[in-house]
Amino acid sequence: MVGETRQAVVSVERLSKYFGAGTARVDALIDINMDVYPGQVVGLMGPSGSGKTTLLNCIACILEPSSGRLTLDGEVVYDDCWLKADLRRLRLDKIGFIFQYPNLLPFLDATDNVAVVLQLAGLGSAASLSHAVELLDYLEVGHRKHALPKQLSGGEAQRVAIARALANRPRIILADEPTAPLDSQRARIVMDLLRRIAIDQNAAIICVTHDEMILDRFDHIFRLRDGRLETEAPLGPHLETAIAG
Amino acid sequence: MNLAYRDIKHNFLRFALTNFGLSLLLGIVIMMTGVYGGLIDDALRQARAATADLWVVQADTKGPFAESSRIPGDTRELVSRVYGVERAGAVTYQSVQAELNGAPHRLFLIGFELGRPGGPSKIVAGRQILRSHYEIIVDRRAGLALDQEVPLGTRGHKFTVVGLMQNEVTSAGDPVAYITLRDAQQLQFELAPPSTRREQARGGALQSNDQINAVIAKVSPYVPASEVATSLSRWKHLTALTQAQQETMLSQVVIERARKQQLLIMVLLVIVSAVIIALIIYTMTMDKVRSIATLKFVGAPDRTIVGLIIQQALSLGIAGYLAGLALVFIFRPYFPRRLVFDPESVAAVFIITVVICLIASLLGIRLALKVDPAEALATSG
Repeated sequence: MVGETRQAVVSVERLSKYFGAGTARVDALIDINMDVYPGQVVGLMGPSGSGKTTLLNCIACILEPSSGRLTLDGEVVYDDCWLKADLRRLRLDKIGFIFQYPNLLPFLDATDNVAVVLQLAGLGSAASLSHAVELLDYLEVGHRKHALPKQLSGGEAQRVAIARALANRPRIILADEPTAPLDSQRARIVMDLLRRIAIDQNAAIICVTHDEMILDRFDHIFRLRDGRLETEAPLGPHLETAIAG
Repeated sequence: MNLAYRDIKHNFLRFALTNFGLSLLLGIVIMMTGVYGGLIDDALRQARAATADLWVVQADTKGPFAESSRIPGDTRELVSRVYGVERAGAVTYQSVQAELNGAPHRLFLIGFELGRPGGPSKIVAGRQILRSHYEIIVDRRAGLALDQEVPLGTRGHKFTVVGLMQNEVTSAGDPVAYITLRDAQQLQFELAPPSTRREQARGGALQSNDQINAVIAKVSPYVPASEVATSLSRWKHLTALTQAQQETMLSQVVIERARKQQLLIMVLLVIVSAVIIALIIYTMTMDKVRSIATLKFVGAPDRTIVGLIIQQALSLGIAGYLAGLALVFIFRPYFPRRLVFDPESVAAVFIITVVICLIASLLGIRLALKVDPAEALATSG
């Protein structure tokens, strides 16, 4: 299938995560296997406490798994222990993250919120500002480039946050309920935007959501229950387009 | 992109108000160095103003400032004749309370011989004393004007102000005034008329007024002052102190307690400042926990976070120091004591401020480094 023709950008093998020990041990993730391919937008669904955010944090290298193997963009980063010393640099280079709430730095305007990630990656001041403005234009919030986060609407702030996630052209974009604070119309617009990004940037997008209204926007849905991957929903209508892209 | 600057700019009002509070605190620290400097300078000023090489005082005393000293008026004649002494002048020192401009004021009166060492060193307005009686040169701080008349002493003689000086005050802050030796001796030793009549009535011997507190000697540059001091000390009724001995005694003995008090207050203020700066920086960091978590999440290295906190701490401290310094210099003329600043003390407070800021920021840095990037995922907006 897809895996035979293209290499997975995110590959999770037998990944487990537990908290505590002995009788207090809680298994948050049990033997998770999943592959996500370039251009794919996948949904991670499940009831509260099923392990969605834990899995997302493990993939984002925020949380150390207990066992298993994690490969990001062809590089094994975890194999029963971290294989990379500088995980923050890894996140900066390979992963873009879209939070449930925009989490923009309140003291920076929209442009600087995007440019700061570029500058952290080593890009010069002028180049980073110019690229940040391009990204804001791409996400159709260029007209708000000088606005502070408190002056932006929810949708605008989320677009700026998406621009920040895209700034370093990451191969992996992780989104934690990006449509939660938005109404259904805006939620669809954001999902369409993510799809366009996945295709344009050949990135893999993993999106944690509870929102059943946007299920048709995913190529693939992973459902979690009690830390186990319960089902893999059939491929969505967009996958062929993604593969072709 | 300077994150510290952007954050300050974004919260400028809060920064300005915090800075104002800190500037008052640092201003007090700076002011205390001025008070300390003023204390030392005022204590030494009278001893230095005399431009003496030797102080000849009553035997076994540390006079005339540390202890009272009384020697016969003709001692100056004796001292003048000692080998190595170029010039000598008799002086008296006394504190008086006078009614000036309708209010009681304390004056530190110095009696000196016209044309001899011991007189005022610098007059900023008016002239030197020319007449042998009832003329006075006084520091501006007394609030007197030229040609104004001042009643002094038990007989109420009126002294005319002929000259004004600047910054001539004692370590207690009293303005200094110069009058002729004869007038000073009258004020210091002459009895009030009723007391004189009583002394005469009981057949008491009339006391001589020809007493002085010290003789100031200028020594020839070709003769060591210590050698002259040894010669003078051979007279059993006299003690000779060099200028260096006099200054050491004044700065280390006479004002020792006041000096220690000032130092203790300064140390306490520095500690209070350090605690307050640490709390301010800690609170500022607490307010930014979510931003710090987000920065860490998107890949910012620790040095970026640490730089943010240190830069803000230094901005706060340096801006507070400069504002405090400005406040002190603006309000310096209205301060009841003379403030004397030397560049070393002002620089020392600056360095202490910077060090305090760096130490105080450790608490904020510790908090920031402990922030879990996963806090950026917290659901509150």
